[in-house]
Amino acid sequence: MGAQTHPKFWGYRRPDGRVGVRNHVLILPTITCATQAAKQVTELVHGTVSFIHQHGCAQVGVDYEQTFRTYVGMGTNPNVYGVVVMGLGCETHQARSVAGEIAKSGKPVEVVSIQDHGGTLGAIARAARIAAQMVQDASALTREPFDFSELIVGTECGGSDACSGLSANPAVGVVSDMIVDLGGTAILAETTELIGAEHLLAERAVDDRVAKRVYEVIQAMESRATAMGVDIRTGNPSPGNIRGGLTTLEEKSLGAAAKAGTRPLQELVEYAQRPTKKGLVWMDTPGHDIEQLTGMVAGGAQVVLFTSGRGTPTGSPIAPVIKIATNTPMFERMRDNMDLNAGTIIDGTESIESVGQRILEEIARVCSGKLTKSEILKQHDFGIWRIGPTF
Amino acid sequence: MEYKTVMMKPEDSVAVALTDIPAGTTVKVTCQDRTFVVQLRDTIEFGHKFAVVPIKRGQDVRKYGEVIGVASRDIEVGEHVHVHNVEGKRGRGDKVGRANPS
Repeated sequence: MGAQTHPKFWGYRRPDGRVGVRNHVLILPTITCATQAAKQVTELVHGTVSFIHQHGCAQVGVDYEQTFRTYVGMGTNPNVYGVVVMGLGCETHQARSVAGEIAKSGKPVEVVSIQDHGGTLGAIARAARIAAQMVQDASALTREPFDFSELIVGTECGGSDACSGLSANPAVGVVSDMIVDLGGTAILAETTELIGAEHLLAERAVDDRVAKRVYEVIQAMESRATAMGVDIRTGNPSPGNIRGGLTTLEEKSLGAAAKAGTRPLQELVEYAQRPTKKGLVWMDTPGHDIEQLTGMVAGGAQVVLFTSGRGTPTGSPIAPVIKIATNTPMFERMRDNMDLNAGTIIDGTESIESVGQRILEEIARVCSGKLTKSEILKQHDFGIWRIGPTF
Repeated sequence: MEYKTVMMKPEDSVAVALTDIPAGTTVKVTCQDRTFVVQLRDTIEFGHKFAVVPIKRGQDVRKYGEVIGVASRDIEVGEHVHVHNVEGKRGRGDKVGRANPS
């Protein structure tokens, strides 16, 4: 029982005190123009990761800030040992500014600019040389045991079906409560997919201010759909959700909210913002799987629990994503992508609590180094929730 | 043959099929102290819903003890309950547009 009451994982302590469960060197392109060069560096240097995106220029105001916060959050995530920030040179999201913020965490950070360092090939060579040294330094670190109180665990559902709210989501809810009780942080997100369930979460808010914020973010998300003059059902629930038996967004939301367990809601944080409280925290993100995942990882989540009914390949370049099937037939069909099966609850062979315990044990293993399916398949998804137009 | 179904709360108007169930099948649905014997009017696929009580057009449809939408036409006991007879009430920009023509 000792392992159940005081589970530990083996991680890496970072200079800012946070604990990583991976030891990546991140090649971070702050502008779409540098993503191809960054990808070339990862081809050359073992132990590096990067991601393709289309952001980082001609952005203004809150939209500029959200993208900037996301880059900095990816770099400061404790799963990252060190960062080579790659820029073009003339973009709005300057590599130097992003690197300056990441450097405050105390981890190694260097900047390479395509315009300043000899064009594409010169920049790739320079970045690869810096990254190679970082990878060797990172490899000299050893894992140490830590309590679950060091963890920020993101929770997410994607490709939902009618089983999501019956099996995998309630099981993740059990895990969310366990993480909170162990002193850690569990992130609930995807505001869109809480429309129709907000009253249940507002009731659990620690104070009136947090409860008010719940209604504010829900109203803001819903009004984005109504401002477009369309039924939100034209995009959410998705065609796959509907084939899976989900009829309305409210029905999907009530199933999605089961991931939040039963503990009090401590705070509501912005997209890609690091929680300031332990316990259950709501991050304001859209329902889009990759944008939500990116927001939680940029917010400091070291590991993500992802439930799916239809099956998805989703993964992050820097955080392991444990994918949990809501039903056994899909788990059997998509074993390449799914890590755990909660369909046993539907089959009647396992309880929700028992599946929750299995997930908790898997978190300990994955956070100690066991690779998830999406890591093995190099599913390095990244997408930022844009909240303004490109100019 | 026994077909598996689940009904989340006694006040719900629908239950969920946990296997594909052919039309014409009579299923027994139990939720806490309530039991419904329902003859299915449609084939219900795995994960899909059927009505356990009659639902009038304009009436709320309940699952998890909460409102998941509103019936867009009268729904009889045993009918498939889905996008063809239920509409969402939230995020309805189309309705806002109609209510406030400008």
